[in-house]
Amino acid sequence: MYEGAVQDLIDELGRLPGVGPKSAQRIAFHLLAADPDEVKRLVDALTEVKNKVRFCERCGNVAQDELCRVCLDPRRSDATICVVEEPKDVVAIERTREFRGRYHVLGGAINPIAGVGPDDLRIAGLMSRLQDGTVTEVILATDPNVEGEATATYLARLLVPMGITVSRLASGLPVGGDLEYADEVTLGRAFEGRRRISA
Amino acid sequence: MFVTYLALTDFRSYRDVELELEPGVTAFVGPNGQGKTNLVEAIGYAATLSSHRVSQDAALVRAGAERALVRVRAQRGERKAALEIEITPRRANRARINGAPVQRVRDVLGLVRTVLFAPEDLALVKGDPDGRRRFLDQLTVMVRPRMAGTLQDYDRVLKQRSALLKSASAALKGSRGNADLRTLDVWDAKLAALGAQILAVRHELVTALAPHVARAYEQVSAGQGEARIALVSSLDRVADDAAPPAEADQTPSAALLEARLLEAMSRLRPQEIERGVCLVGPHRDDLSLELGGLPAKGYASHGESWSFALALRLACYQLMTTGVPGWDEYQDSEPILVLDDVFAELDTGRRDRLARLVAGAGQVLITAAVPGDVPEELEGARVDVMGGQVRRVR
Ligand SMILES: Nc1ncnc2c1ncn2[C@@H]1O[C@H](COP(=O)(O)OP(=O)(O)OP(=O)(O)O)[C@@H](O)[C@H]1O
Ligand SMILES: [Mg+2]
Ligand SMILES: [Zn+2]
Repeated sequence: MYEGAVQDLIDELGRLPGVGPKSAQRIAFHLLAADPDEVKRLVDALTEVKNKVRFCERCGNVAQDELCRVCLDPRRSDATICVVEEPKDVVAIERTREFRGRYHVLGGAINPIAGVGPDDLRIAGLMSRLQDGTVTEVILATDPNVEGEATATYLARLLVPMGITVSRLASGLPVGGDLEYADEVTLGRAFEGRRRISA
Repeated sequence: MFVTYLALTDFRSYRDVELELEPGVTAFVGPNGQGKTNLVEAIGYAATLSSHRVSQDAALVRAGAERALVRVRAQRGERKAALEIEITPRRANRARINGAPVQRVRDVLGLVRTVLFAPEDLALVKGDPDGRRRFLDQLTVMVRPRMAGTLQDYDRVLKQRSALLKSASAALKGSRGNADLRTLDVWDAKLAALGAQILAVRHELVTALAPHVARAYEQVSAGQGEARIALVSSLDRVADDAAPPAEADQTPSAALLEARLLEAMSRLRPQEIERGVCLVGPHRDDLSLELGGLPAKGYASHGESWSFALALRLACYQLMTTGVPGWDEYQDSEPILVLDDVFAELDTGRRDRLARLVAGAGQVLITAAVPGDVPEELEGARVDVMGGQVRRVR
């Protein structure tokens, strides 16, 4: 344990996703030793982002108001939700123009190495959106790498028993990669050829 | 197949070197520390994307340089391919085939095929299981390049599952950690699915390799003792004594192995959580090596151990040349045989027999400190290596 202010900083940093106790300590001491200007820039950036950018209260996408543009669009279908890891994945999928449903942004993937478990992701929010029966299909579009696959499997095991149609993007995406780097055509095709998960 | 051209930039001791090669034997000759092994190491890297000497790429980049470039031209029948690999430590490597960038570096696997035998291989016999697992993994990728992705993913899943168990174990013992094990079932499933694919291939591979090892050992040692290899699966080691013994199936299916892995993990769960480690899976396999019914490790003499290690590599060479029965990809493509500093270590008898064994191979690259270490049967091209310069002398 360190003196009050330092320990407070370590505790706060340790609350961030993916920051373990060791990293929190390392970052804290880096900041202590850093140039005041550098720290000021960080503080400003944090305040800016908190004041100007926010996350959609329903889906977790970036938004300017309580709800994001996708959630506000009356022409989109409420029957299908596409689950992605990050807001940037929403952008990638929107580019394909293949999908006309809604999104749910998890804010990451299950990753024990980085200390990310189910409670660190917006899974509870997803579950509550599925309660009233409006949503009939959930498309799991997490990244095609080990962590993304594990997250998809974890969610599928929660959702299938609820009677919801669960599907996974078709293979053909570069394995081991990031969704956002897949080109439009490939991603679009992966959408069309999505396969249903039954167990 | 054979390599026709090798060029290195900032690789190991070489700032810039270029070399034409031919089928048949080429001996690289020069005093210690002049860069002979560095040359053949580069060809091995082009084939396996790993070095036979170091596990980290940093040592491959010339001290002071940022990245190394290995360029190789290979020929198989009438087909020619130019391969370029840029090695940047701690960053993703990049590769080109015939000038076109590849999406993933591992797409180059299978273009150049080598079997490399080096003094380090003595550890296959005398060292720890992880060296033997690496041997199996490398051979797997050589015969089935598609498995490279599976091996990579397995490694990642193993790290994730271990992290989860470790954190739970720490939380249980009262230190900082997280006891949330809701995702453990998912990691079990991933580990079992990928692990079963690896195990199935390993079983097939070892079964196919075993007769080649026995024959190669007999040839190298002139019939002194019988060399046997067998896969020791962690599944058998942790088997439930109460359950009926698993059938002695030499090549169990992936589906069966997946079920057995899942069963073992659920049975071992309390121990795994207690200890915070993954107790079953291909990462806990070993390859048992026996000589005349006794374990080679701890029993075999130094010379016998050498012969055994050599027999393992020669067996790989045979297997890669003939292919694995039932596997259609990459059959019938004789690999390049690389013998790094081998002859100086063998007695005259073994040396002559080895020379006769490899004399007919398509392309053999030999390194030796003095010309006298190259057996007469292996007369061929000779390249002198001196202070980072190469000079064709014959
Ligand atoms: N990353 C590097 N940067 C610069 N020089 C290196 C690097 N790695 C190795 N070397 C140098 O390369 C030389 C070793 O080359 P190599 O192993 O090819 O020798 P060799 O000719 O095979 O010798 P021996 O006969 O002893 O096996 C050493 O002098 C070593 O210092
Ligand atoms: Mg050497
Ligand atoms: Zn929204």
